Amino acid sequence: MSASNTTANPRDAEPGAGPDTAAHGRKRPASGEPVFEVSDLSIVYGTNRAVRDVNLKVDPQQITAMIGPSGCGKSTVLRTLNRMNDLIPGARVEGRVTYHGEDLYAPEVDPIEVRRRIGMVFQKPNPFPKSIYDNVAYGPRINGMRGNMDEIVERSLVKAALWEEVKDKLKDNAFALSGGQQQRLCIARTIAVNPEVILMDEPCSALDPIATLKIEDLMYELASEYTIVIVTHNMQQAARVSDRTAFFTASVDEAGDRFGNLVEYDETSTIFSRPADQRTEDYIAGRFG
Amino acid sequence: MPTEAPEAPQAPEERPRGTLTSGRGRLADPIFKWVVAGCGTLVLIILALMVIRTTAEAWPVFAKEGFFGFLFGEEWTSGDSRTEITGTYGAWPFIYGTLITAAIAIVIALPLSIMVAVYLTHMAPTRLAKPLSYTVELLAAVPSVIFGLWGLHWFLPNVMRPFFEWLEGLLGWFFLFEGPVLGVGYLPAGIVLAIMILPIMTAIVREVIVVQPLDQQMASYALGSTRWEVITKVVLPSSFSGIVAAAMLGMGRALGETIAVLMLIGGSQSWGASLFGTGSSMASHIAATFGEANPETRTALMAIGVALFLVTMVINILARVIVWRLGQTKGDAAV
Repeated sequence: MSASNTTANPRDAEPGAGPDTAAHGRKRPASGEPVFEVSDLSIVYGTNRAVRDVNLKVDPQQITAMIGPSGCGKSTVLRTLNRMNDLIPGARVEGRVTYHGEDLYAPEVDPIEVRRRIGMVFQKPNPFPKSIYDNVAYGPRINGMRGNMDEIVERSLVKAALWEEVKDKLKDNAFALSGGQQQRLCIARTIAVNPEVILMDEPCSALDPIATLKIEDLMYELASEYTIVIVTHNMQQAARVSDRTAFFTASVDEAGDRFGNLVEYDETSTIFSRPADQRTEDYIAGRFG
Repeated sequence: MPTEAPEAPQAPEERPRGTLTSGRGRLADPIFKWVVAGCGTLVLIILALMVIRTTAEAWPVFAKEGFFGFLFGEEWTSGDSRTEITGTYGAWPFIYGTLITAAIAIVIALPLSIMVAVYLTHMAPTRLAKPLSYTVELLAAVPSVIFGLWGLHWFLPNVMRPFFEWLEGLLGWFFLFEGPVLGVGYLPAGIVLAIMILPIMTAIVREVIVVQPLDQQMASYALGSTRWEVITKVVLPSSFSGIVAAAMLGMGRALGETIAVLMLIGGSQSWGASLFGTGSSMASHIAATFGEANPETRTALMAIGVALFLVTMVINILARVIVWRLGQTKGDAAV
């Protein structure tokens, strides 16, 4: 895709976005082998097949968005990418998820090592009840990372665009920060262990519009170094930040059980301008969900 | 404009009438407030009466021995006078007995209760966790005399005594484990106390751990933590004040426990540092001698009661100070 291919992006029609986000229209070409390949993925809770038959690929250094109405399984799918679903009792994964060609659910794979390489930022900012410094240093410490901890902390906070705001109060408790700052701290904490991928589970849903914009700018910066997969229920957000968008929806099978499934996965500009599926179009037009 | 106006909505029947000063709230809330405040005050009054009465009754003993002379005196010889204090009353053997048995109990029960609680909340399969929690709480309802009987007649001869003998052989050179092993004594009393306070402590620690916010634990997992790291670095530190509270409650029970200690501690009126030694705790000594006590001894026992009350209070205050101080340095919002 060429750099000028942004006209179809609905972000352009949005007055609230402002000129500073215009840079986000730039397309980054996908390069190299996919980071994740999800094939025929189903996620089962007990006897309930909550998510069925998902197939998608995630390219490196791209922002991939997962959108869809509540209950469509987008967060659940996100959590299979770093095996956070393991922590939910009774959850089981069927199908195949590979990370650089390696089966994430092979018996010999250590989920601890998986999560160290594939970081996650959560819906609600969840700093530890520790100082700002200790929050960022937490991951490097448990992972026994070598190097100057002060440098690691500073570098991570700089990358998370928080350094200028907190450099004089690193010993303060993280709870003293605002919600948006806490979320950037959580991003810094994730970056500190040098992951390759950052998964974001509705990272802005608890934040005000200004803080949201800051996080979106940050995501865009980070995408030059990290592969980002973001779940959002905010379509404009997906349109603003992502390169590719996966649209999920909730369906009901013959037995009357609800399940989430992937409807359509394509370039973000395509999803928002010429979706192939009627359900995608309805959702994007705000007709349901 | 519609020509036929719809039926005018009728005013609801139940609209309140009368002046604004006639509501129920003017009377009901003040009455409720005074009843509740009265109950709160009653507790304070009972406590005050108890302290004043026992202290007054015990006064002659304190007057003769001196306050610290009574607390740290090592000799306890009862007199038999109706009018004055003729014996020698030093409560240290009983105070030591109480402190050492309670300390043994806490040292054993605290780590165990934390581990059991962690198992119940984080490790046990869901199907097992519930029934196990109930069982643990059920243990708290077992009367202490049963613990005493079981401890004395089965646990002591079959498990503890062989263990003590082995321990004495290993660490006999250390003053706390100096022989001879008599069977009953501080250590068996402390161990049975530990078993007795384990359920209530586990129940509290479990409650505290189970309400710890999941999102911080998830954050830790997402950074590549093992379960051990999540528990030791996230769950337990933020449960700290609750764990201290559990320890306090267990300690309170251990300090005041009478029957089981009476059955296992040996009942002598002397003391020795060795955990294998026999002695009495404050509560067990009161219970053992109160029945046949003459008026003078009864006065002395009252004084032990005052001392027990003081010891319990001092330990509670200390614990609160610990929680408060550590809470300040950690910035723990829960304190």
